Amino acid sequence: MTMPVLEIRGVTKAFDDKPVLQGIDLKVEEHTAVVMIGASGSGKSSLLRCINLLVDIDDGDILLDGEVVTDPTVDPQRVRRSLAMVFQHFNLFPHVRVLDQITLAPIKAHGIPKDEAVEEGRALLARFGLADRERDYPDQLSGGQQQRVALIRAIATRPRALLLDEITSALDPELVGEVLEVVRELKEGGMTMLIATHEMAFARDVADEVCFLHQGRVVERGLGRQMIEDPQEPETQKFLARMLATRAV
Amino acid sequence: MSAEPISRREVRAAARRRSDRRNALIAAVSTIVVIGGGVLLLTTRQGWPVVQETFFSPEAFRTSFPDILRGFWIDVKLFLAVEVLVLIASLGVAVLRSTRAPALFPFRLLAAVSTDLFRGIPTILVVYLIGFGIPALALPGVPNDPIILAAFALTLSYTAYVSEVFRAGIDSVHPGQRGAALAVGLSRAQAMRFVILPQAVRNVIPPLLNDFISLQKDVALVSVLGIVEAFRVAQIDAASTFNYTPLLAAASLYVIVTVPLSLFLDRMQKRDRGRRRLEEARR
Ligand SMILES: Nc1ncnc2c1ncn2[C@@H]1O[C@H](COP(=O)(O)OP(=O)(O)OP(=O)(O)O)[C@@H](O)[C@H]1O
Ligand SMILES: [Mg+2]
Repeated sequence: MTMPVLEIRGVTKAFDDKPVLQGIDLKVEEHTAVVMIGASGSGKSSLLRCINLLVDIDDGDILLDGEVVTDPTVDPQRVRRSLAMVFQHFNLFPHVRVLDQITLAPIKAHGIPKDEAVEEGRALLARFGLADRERDYPDQLSGGQQQRVALIRAIATRPRALLLDEITSALDPELVGEVLEVVRELKEGGMTMLIATHEMAFARDVADEVCFLHQGRVVERGLGRQMIEDPQEPETQKFLARMLATRAV
Repeated sequence: MSAEPISRREVRAAARRRSDRRNALIAAVSTIVVIGGGVLLLTTRQGWPVVQETFFSPEAFRTSFPDILRGFWIDVKLFLAVEVLVLIASLGVAVLRSTRAPALFPFRLLAAVSTDLFRGIPTILVVYLIGFGIPALALPGVPNDPIILAAFALTLSYTAYVSEVFRAGIDSVHPGQRGAALAVGLSRAQAMRFVILPQAVRNVIPPLLNDFISLQKDVALVSVLGIVEAFRVAQIDAASTFNYTPLLAAASLYVIVTVPLSLFLDRMQKRDRGRRRLEEARR
């Protein structure tokens, strides 16, 4: 078996004595998408932020391409340069135009020559239908366009893996589709992804594996279709029933 | 049937125009009555000729104004130099205080203590202390030029305020911005430089201008060091002639500079409010 791109081993994390992650184990193989589902507060965002070293873990290990990156001796910037994250609220830089938004990190953090970064940025914008928006500021874009820009910004650094934290939760329902379309396309292009989402239909379609998180633990995991359509654990069944009641899958 | 809504719109617009005209007329009449009445009341008082001679003497104005203007040039130069120094120093202090590196701890401590210190001491006292205190030490290699010492004192005093303004600006940037900047692989310093500071500075431009309006007035404090800037010149003239017109002449010069700044600030704040409302509406 090949080495997974991301491996989470027994990770725990507490915020002020409040346990948020209670021993998470998880692997993301190259070119696969692992989707985390679970109720609000189950720890999905926290885990993603731990992987990106934006938050320190208490116990366990996180490995990127076999290297333990949660060692205190590891330079977090080097790790973050090989990962990319997209957030629920886009977190675009409001004072930066779309094209610069995308080329900032390649130029400043990855030392890619400006011409090259600009050319690549333009190609990405064109590929995702935003070519005519390169001179706009984020607040001139719709929510769906903003999140697509955030996705492009994330992949412009050619990350080993993409971390997506509920990237459609802040969008109007009619804008969700265009953003998920981008993710599907990235998946087909072979991007390795760890995704937190409340979109069950999307989880079922795009996931190679679905993990159900409950109170900081992976309670159940399985293939996308089987997990969403035929959950085994009572907690998973309860959660999915709730989701089905409130949203059309 | 189709003409109906259009004509109603016209009727409403006409009514609105009438009411606008009536409001403008009332405002004009009220202004003439209040201001005109005030002027009339003042100028027909018994003591008015004395007041006029003491504060508004054209003769005293003519003789003192050229010197005052020359003195004011010193104020302007001092103001511009100190403003630049304050901007640089306070940005440095604010960024320094937002760092975490343990090696910088003593500098952070120093910055924190001096900020609290110089915010607590009246500016005039700082000017006096530095302007007279440093030459008294007679240190070799330390300048004794009162203008340089005055600029140094004003810079110390204002950096204490302005660095806090910048710090508030840095705090006002949403933490998600820093997270996003780090997540794309920028270093902490790069995140500060390219993502946080530009937003922080933009957020604090109005309070910043406010502080510069008061600096523009506070440069007059350096007169205690015997620097003959506008206020000092006017004071000397007034004392020798027992006429206060020169002081009013000096005051009008300060006003000529600060009022446009204030108007500009007002406009910016209005625009800012509009923008915020727009942003909230989009949310
Ligand atoms: N910085 C923090 N300080 C204190 N508590 C935190 C912090 N970040 C997260 N938490 C807590 O950790 C728990 C898990 O939060 P997390 O955001 O990981 O959940 P989630 O599964 O992403 O939920 P959601 O679906 O609402 O995004 C929550 O109870 C939250 O209040
Ligand atoms: Mg979350």
